Amino acid sequence: MPAPVITAVDLVKKYKDFAAVDGLSFEVAPGESFGLLGPNGAGKSTTMRMVGAVSTRTGGGLGILGLDPNTHGPEIRSQLGVVPQADNLDAELRVRDNLIVYGRYFGLPYSYLRPKADELLAFAQLEDKAKSRVDDLSGGMKRRLTIARALVNNPRIMLLDEPTTGLDPQARHVLWDRLFRLKEQGTTLVLTTHYMDEAEQLCDRLIVVDKGRIMAEGTPASLIREHSSREVLEVRFGSARNAEAAEALKGVGDRIEVLPDRVLVYAHSGEAALARVTELGFEPMTSLVRRSSLEDVFLRLTGRSLID
Amino acid sequence: MSSDDAMSTPASGAPPADRDVPATERSSPSQSAPPPGALPRRFGSWYVAEHWFRTMRAYLQTMLMTGIGTPLLYLYALGVGLATLVDQNIGAGSADAGAVGAVGYLVFVAPALLCSSAVTTAVDELTYPVIAGFKWNPFFIGMHAAPLQPRQIADGIVIAVSGRLLAQSTLYYLFMLLFGAVPSGLGFLAIVIATLTGLSFGVLVMAYSATIEQDKGQMNYVMRFVVLPMTLFSGTFFPLETLPVGLHWLGWISPLWHGTELARVASYGYQEPLWLTVAHVAYLLVLLAAGVALARRITTRRLTR
Ligand SMILES: Nc1ncnc2c1ncn2[C@@H]1O[C@H](COP(=O)(O)OP(=O)(O)OP(=O)(O)O)[C@@H](O)[C@H]1O
Ligand SMILES: [Mg+2]
Repeated sequence: MPAPVITAVDLVKKYKDFAAVDGLSFEVAPGESFGLLGPNGAGKSTTMRMVGAVSTRTGGGLGILGLDPNTHGPEIRSQLGVVPQADNLDAELRVRDNLIVYGRYFGLPYSYLRPKADELLAFAQLEDKAKSRVDDLSGGMKRRLTIARALVNNPRIMLLDEPTTGLDPQARHVLWDRLFRLKEQGTTLVLTTHYMDEAEQLCDRLIVVDKGRIMAEGTPASLIREHSSREVLEVRFGSARNAEAAEALKGVGDRIEVLPDRVLVYAHSGEAALARVTELGFEPMTSLVRRSSLEDVFLRLTGRSLID
Repeated sequence: MSSDDAMSTPASGAPPADRDVPATERSSPSQSAPPPGALPRRFGSWYVAEHWFRTMRAYLQTMLMTGIGTPLLYLYALGVGLATLVDQNIGAGSADAGAVGAVGYLVFVAPALLCSSAVTTAVDELTYPVIAGFKWNPFFIGMHAAPLQPRQIADGIVIAVSGRLLAQSTLYYLFMLLFGAVPSGLGFLAIVIATLTGLSFGVLVMAYSATIEQDKGQMNYVMRFVVLPMTLFSGTFFPLETLPVGLHWLGWISPLWHGTELARVASYGYQEPLWLTVAHVAYLLVLLAAGVALARRITTRRLTR
């Protein structure tokens, strides 16, 4: 196996006494697409900022492209493409100028940047906004510009912190497609997302983080296999009765999870579980059988729904 | 530094041919690219300054208007208008009678106005724009996510503001010449002195701005209780000696007083002991160095946490 491009060993980040990242260890191989999942406040962005050689770690070891971010920040960052969770474009500059100015930070010459900026504008589908001020863009357009900007230096590693938040479905698919192509060309991707379908689509391997610690690690398929049943039965009894019904359904399937609006029954066969529910005398208002997904793994491991 | 080969190429070798490398880059494989990060490490501060200048360009018209309007208004109102009154009542041109020394009021006040205008501009550039760069329009965070170092961000801003101060002071100086306010042949040195004065105070203010995370109107306090009194009591409109001795310390700690006295030495050969002239320069340089060190540190702490 080739040497990893990212190596984290017992990585810790403390804010005063609070450990936002509390001993993460992971490796990312070159060309791999690696995901961080976890509830709000899990420490994903904090981790991304340390990997991005921006935030100084409190403890543990960290190597990016074989370099220590404490001593080689500029060398590392010049090979990264960073899409932060919160956009940090210069709102006072025009759209195209933002791309050029950002490229200048890398020491890239104007002769390279002018055509590159036009190419990136096309990628972000912002050609007709080239001369607009960033302030006048919609939220999703700003996001697209931030993503395009991250590509200005042809990075070896892309760090994407919730890249598709705020994007419309079409723009999201364009981005996925672009990320796939980057990956084919050998770019390493590290991303966080709250969209489980996105994680399943894009990530070769992922870690689920909660309270700054790794809860699970694996490929999407292996995580589903390990932490969930083959199928899930979703039944609704009305928000007032869900909890009570779930209590009575104990023993049906492998495991039961109560959400505010529905009850999830994890079972090898959803149909069989539904038959059992009816046998027990319950009449769900609606029922649905589906395959297990990463979302189920997430709920299981972090014990709360994504929107909390 | 802006040749085509300046692109950062991955250390492991050239990017695959099908990567988004523009034709101009691909067609020059013989040129060896500098290792990743080498250019930003060396020239990062200049890239920051370049960005700052680009932002200024949007305000070029306003800057020009104030750059021309300020000397015109002040030199005319104080150097001509008020001067008539002062010179008539107190007498000018005679070493014993003149309240402001051996020169007319215009000659006395012009270098002070020059320095004070540099301070005002430096404060403009180094307060809200700096607070904004961290928070409201956080492009400092973007710079730092790119290969620029926090220290270089602080330095680059200082470079850019020095540039503006130099240009503005030159313009101001031309108006002083026009008004006949500069008897000495060494008067042009006042341009550099004004720039240094603006910076030595401005960069300290910048370091303070960099600490501001919540805007609770701190800058209003700075304006009212630091900048305004400093402008009034730095020997600007009247000599410091006019104040009671107990208040002279106000001048001694004020970079504007040191700058103004220096500018007077340059512009009309104002007589003071040599050690004092040296002390003015040293004081301004020490303040500037302290300001830069503080600004670098605060910026680094804030961006790397
Ligand atoms: N500058 C800071 N000072 C103090 N605490 C911080 C700071 N930045 C982050 N934290 C804390 O660290 C924890 C992790 O934050 P982080 O932004 O990494 O979460 P996240 O996993 O990215 O969450 P989200 O999904 O909401 O983006 C949170 O509890 C947050 O309050
Ligand atoms: Mg986050």
